[in-house]
Amino acid sequence: MSWVLILEQFLNGLQFGLMLFLLAAGLTLVFGIMDMINLAHGSLYMLGAFLAATLVQVTDSFALGVLLAVPATAVVGMLLEMSVLRTLYERDHLSQVLATFALILILNEAVRIIWGPDMPLSMPAALSGPVELLPGMFYPAYRLLIIGVGAAVAALLYLLVARTRIGMQVRAGASNREMALAMGVDIRRLFTLLFGVGAGLCAVAGALLGPLLAVQVGMGENILILAFVVIVIGGIGSIRGALVGAVLVGLVDTIGRAFLPMLFGLFFQPRVASAAGPAIASVLAYVLMVAVLYFRPRGLFPARG
Amino acid sequence: MHRAATLAVLALALAFPLAMQETYYLSFASRIFVYALAATSLNLILGYGGMISFGHAAFVGTGAYVSSIFIAEGITSAWIGWPAAVAASALAALVIGAVSLRTRGVYFIMITLAFAQMMFFLVNSMKAYGGDEGLSLPARASGLPVDLGGDVAFYYVALAALAACVYGLRRLAHSRFGRVIQAIRENEARAEAIGFPVYRYKLACFVLAGAAGGLAGVLLASHGKYVNPNVLHWTQSGTLMVMVILGGVGRLWGGVIGAATLLGLEDLIANHRVEWLAAMLPNYQQHASLGVGVVLLAIVLFAPQGIAGAFARRRRA
Repeated sequence: MSWVLILEQFLNGLQFGLMLFLLAAGLTLVFGIMDMINLAHGSLYMLGAFLAATLVQVTDSFALGVLLAVPATAVVGMLLEMSVLRTLYERDHLSQVLATFALILILNEAVRIIWGPDMPLSMPAALSGPVELLPGMFYPAYRLLIIGVGAAVAALLYLLVARTRIGMQVRAGASNREMALAMGVDIRRLFTLLFGVGAGLCAVAGALLGPLLAVQVGMGENILILAFVVIVIGGIGSIRGALVGAVLVGLVDTIGRAFLPMLFGLFFQPRVASAAGPAIASVLAYVLMVAVLYFRPRGLFPARG
Repeated sequence: MHRAATLAVLALALAFPLAMQETYYLSFASRIFVYALAATSLNLILGYGGMISFGHAAFVGTGAYVSSIFIAEGITSAWIGWPAAVAASALAALVIGAVSLRTRGVYFIMITLAFAQMMFFLVNSMKAYGGDEGLSLPARASGLPVDLGGDVAFYYVALAALAACVYGLRRLAHSRFGRVIQAIRENEARAEAIGFPVYRYKLACFVLAGAAGGLAGVLLASHGKYVNPNVLHWTQSGTLMVMVILGGVGRLWGGVIGAATLLGLEDLIANHRVEWLAAMLPNYQQHASLGVGVVLLAIVLFAPQGIAGAFARRRRA
């Protein structure tokens, strides 16, 4: 086990964490401001990936296809908000779970009808090779791109939330919705916009992860739960919390999977280690969440005072 | 439901195998009973206790896996495997509940989900018992007075389990324990102030529901003679929740009505071709869950109290 390997896994974890952040950012604001559980968030991630795959085929350019998929998914998200989700804000969590679960079923089948069970989406040929980061350390160029885009989007989002008027209204809404309403913030319009941004971020994550994972129906369901884990760890409604939580979960998950089996090999018999290592590694993110909640029941950075 | 209606439904269920010889429908009805049992157990914590658990599949899955592992290891007697499976589910509920019940609201939803996910991944990595491919059983458990291998016998066993569970829930809801649980749901602070040990009551309720969910899991694995990690997937917890909300949260028959409606709807769309629909959309039956989703969405938007609730309101009006 050399430092190159550790650094490589660290970068992998960072890359996964940043993509998780793109999903979690929209989710945590929806959750924080409207107190709304949106299980269909993962479906927007899937939709973004499918739209990107199609647009990449049509335009014959990876960058153009992905760039077009983002506003397209944002429009779908805003339409979804205006037609269905808007009526759910005042309802209890159970109704929200039921309705958004129904949306998962509908969107999954709609995608299956339009595109079939999966779509090919490969990374641009220019980025498929490795890059020599440090002398003797090669890293896939495409993953570097993901880290770069993820970091850039995270920075943009931070500026949007922390430095603009709209961002201030969003933060006001997250910490006290009634008060923000009373101060004249048009929460309804703000929220449709926010939903569009969230959907667009989903599309970025879906399109970028598409070539690494797979663009298929149901791809949103597993990553959705990790995104929920992220926002619960970070504190619901907090963008900063979502970023910290996402990187934490990304690192713990990736590094755990890479090194835990090895680590177990040092202490246990090989038979035990090879069975227990991967098992423990795959639940580390959830263990982290339970531990955080046990000691800080409202997450690391609670948005409400 | 009135006593007469209850007896009529029970009589119909008892007579069903006599009239229906086709094994497909017998098996389908048994499946409804098993899911109804699971949904009813979830309704105990969700509806009566007000604890929105998003991880009920953990207990169903524990029951399913433990009972299957007993059979895979050659211990086929239901008298050993089934109680052990139910006890394991209760133990899982005790551990999960003890940690989760310290949190509130959304955090409770998420932490129960997290525990169920842990179990899902753990089961996925149990290579000795099939891992992600699941575990096929050579036969159903033995040792009961009836031979479980037959579809009719299994039907009656599942019906008996469901009936006992619904009856138990009814008795429980009217008992002192049930009253306290519902009081906690309505106003936890007040129940605490009156002097009830709220945490212990909630935990006891959680364990009870976990055990009943485990029984449903035992029957689920036994029904298909197969179990795979998907019984623990979060969408399974979601489906059970959907059944409860669909049928009626906190209503005695909510779980039963919800399970029958959801499974019936799926079957109806997938296996009964409607000609005029097929004329418009030739392959619509392959996309049954689209129809299910649309119906669920319509119910949330137009019948917020669930099916049992809609009927109750109509009767009063």
